[in-house]
Amino acid sequence: MIPELGNFALILALCLALVQTAVPLYGMARSRADCLAVAAPAAVGQFVMLGIAFAALAFAFYGNDFSVAYVAANSNTHLPWFYRIAAVWGAHEGSLLLWMLLLSCWSLAVAAASRSLPRDVASCVLAVMGSVSVGFLIFTLFTSNPFARQFPAPAEGRDLNPLLQDPGLVIHPPMLYMGYVGFCVAFAFAITALITGRVDSAWTRWTRPWTTAAWVFLTVGVTLGSWWAYNELGWGGWWFWDPVENASFMPWLVGTALIHSLAVTEKRGIFKSWTVLLAITAFALSLLGTFLVRSGVLISVHAFATDPARGVYILAFFAVVIGGSLLLYAIRAPRFEAGTEPVAILSREGLLLLNNIFLVVAAAAVLLGTLYPILADALGLGRISVGPPYFNKVFIPLTAPLVALVGGAAVIAWKRTRWQAVQSRLWLPLLLAIGLGVLLPWLALGESGVVAAAGCVLGIWAILGALEDVVRRVRGRRVMLPRNVLGMTLAHVGVGVFVIGVSLVTGFGGERDVRMAPGDRVSFAGYDFVFKGTRHVEGPNFTAETGDFLVFDDGDQIAELEPAKRRYNASGQVMTESGIDVGVFRDLYVSLGESLSGQAWSVRIYHRPFIRWIWAGAFLSAIGGLVALTDKRYRRREKLRAPSREHMSSASVQA
Amino acid sequence: MTRTQRRRLLLVGGLFVGLAAAAALALTAFSQNLLYFYQPSEIVAGKVPTDTRFRIGGLVENGSVQRASDDLVVRFSLADCEDSVPVRFRGTLPDLFREGQGIVAYGKIDHDGRFIADEVLAKHDENYMSPDVADAMKDDQGVSCMPTNMRASR
Repeated sequence: MIPELGNFALILALCLALVQTAVPLYGMARSRADCLAVAAPAAVGQFVMLGIAFAALAFAFYGNDFSVAYVAANSNTHLPWFYRIAAVWGAHEGSLLLWMLLLSCWSLAVAAASRSLPRDVASCVLAVMGSVSVGFLIFTLFTSNPFARQFPAPAEGRDLNPLLQDPGLVIHPPMLYMGYVGFCVAFAFAITALITGRVDSAWTRWTRPWTTAAWVFLTVGVTLGSWWAYNELGWGGWWFWDPVENASFMPWLVGTALIHSLAVTEKRGIFKSWTVLLAITAFALSLLGTFLVRSGVLISVHAFATDPARGVYILAFFAVVIGGSLLLYAIRAPRFEAGTEPVAILSREGLLLLNNIFLVVAAAAVLLGTLYPILADALGLGRISVGPPYFNKVFIPLTAPLVALVGGAAVIAWKRTRWQAVQSRLWLPLLLAIGLGVLLPWLALGESGVVAAAGCVLGIWAILGALEDVVRRVRGRRVMLPRNVLGMTLAHVGVGVFVIGVSLVTGFGGERDVRMAPGDRVSFAGYDFVFKGTRHVEGPNFTAETGDFLVFDDGDQIAELEPAKRRYNASGQVMTESGIDVGVFRDLYVSLGESLSGQAWSVRIYHRPFIRWIWAGAFLSAIGGLVALTDKRYRRREKLRAPSREHMSSASVQA
Repeated sequence: MTRTQRRRLLLVGGLFVGLAAAAALALTAFSQNLLYFYQPSEIVAGKVPTDTRFRIGGLVENGSVQRASDDLVVRFSLADCEDSVPVRFRGTLPDLFREGQGIVAYGKIDHDGRFIADEVLAKHDENYMSPDVADAMKDDQGVSCMPTNMRASR
């Protein structure tokens, strides 16, 4: 009964999404205010319906209703209840439902904020978001319905993939999807700009906070994904250039380019059509990411052949959304007036132009490496894979200059900056960065290397360059920093921290595979690891062999690690749980390989210096984005509303 | 040419050179890091160059896995329908590695025709077999030569 209710709610959501799309667009064409006014209530209704559908599926999981095929495939009565709820988005069908629910949350937010927008803009944005929702709802209802029943119902479910039974999974996909879907708002604003033909400072002021919010979610989502892979995969790595990771990274790169380019468009009124194009691209890559990960095409293009309906629909949907927007772009974008002044390289807009080029080229390089194997396979060119060395080789030369630019970001002013001014403000940070960067690996780890030191110099340079501006402002005037400046500073410091983490962990991280019998002692990276043996542990839905390791530093015991080998009862799958001693300056990471003759095990020991800095830096950047969101300009919108509505109203709202 | 024009030309030229450099960099790195997939019979037939890294896929032959007693070296043979290749690997094998299982390995072939693996992958699902391996386990007529309980379920 409950699943049928959910299914019915999905159908109603589709009807409301159709209304949300068609009626406001008709209203725009005919200048009818009554039709425009339909958009917001339709968005609210769609949110309620999707909320009901989602709750119905969650309820089916909670109550172990195995007559629902999706529940039977992804859950189990022995699964703890929080993993049963998280299992809602553990596979294809449910994650589509989550995607749509989050899209309707963003629509709801736009509808709630729409009083500060001109009515035609708000309605058009909601209509575009509604059309995306229509596409997803049709896809879900006709090819991947999570509520499909199966009879007879199995007595027990097949269990959630053990890889996904981790607290990281509970929050990682929702965050990532909030980011993906959030770019839909920027996309909808871009399409609205193309339809109405207006990209003015009001448009950018509305678009910026939405884009920044989406970017914050995506940053947190990607970071959590990396952290989850480190904890759960047992390989001690934080980024594998795996197609699934790349799928979330490409929209992040273009989204980052977009928030920078929006800044230029707001402040200087230039790069208008470029900004619009970036907004379209960011969303296109978000769509691509969603489908790549969930449609099975990454496992094999042949997965498409087993279910042609899904594959064909996805390609068609993609072609309509992206092809349609690019067509609209080609027709309408030339209308946006271009700036007449040339852009000086030594100006903030010049730097941001470079930033955009680097980011977009980096995204293109990742796209090439991710899609080429799929295309080659689909076209019968042979079975090829592209290894991580490709990504590292291309990515590092592209991002190193980018980080160098970050250091100068705050100091270099809009329009034009004299070289002397830059020099006088940046010589000290530069010298300090070089000095500290060379010393840091040596002081912290007692080692040094050219590449790692260069990375540290870059990271410290980014941090000091950002802080120089703050110090100057605070010392000069004793005023509160504007939130957007504070946000930018935090985000750029985060970049620096991240770069330092990456440099040191790649430069000096090490690992060792050893054979250890109970009582064995192994020295590695200055620590002694003692293996005491394994014991049998019964979990709620698994049994485990847990190893006991003691870690000594100069004879003092500093940690007790308990890596485990779990065998999940329902699926019989074996999973490695790593034992990690977390520290600000290093992680020690032990994972059990396989049981060898006698009581011996093959053991993997990792030393990961500064790895926490990677995630700390990324979170710092996300916090910077949050702080920028609270900037006064966005809150003052209410006051700005009156004149801007007057200005807009001449266009179409006077029916 | 005015000053503005000259500056713009410089800018556009600079961008062009930069992009060309990036493209050259990317494409070189790309072509150097393409990993091709081969199956055991192709190696035995000598179709595979000796000093490039590539991927190999097949079934771990029953009874072939040998562990050294004092270090982490493992030897096993990897087979497709026609032939098998000896493989040597030092390190920790993945959780799902076992005899009769389809696996994919990365590495190079040495002069004796042995495959020296530096990475061994087994998929995280017992029913699932890498499509590359599933294809490798078919003979000329496209009929699978796997034991029936091992057929790929995808």
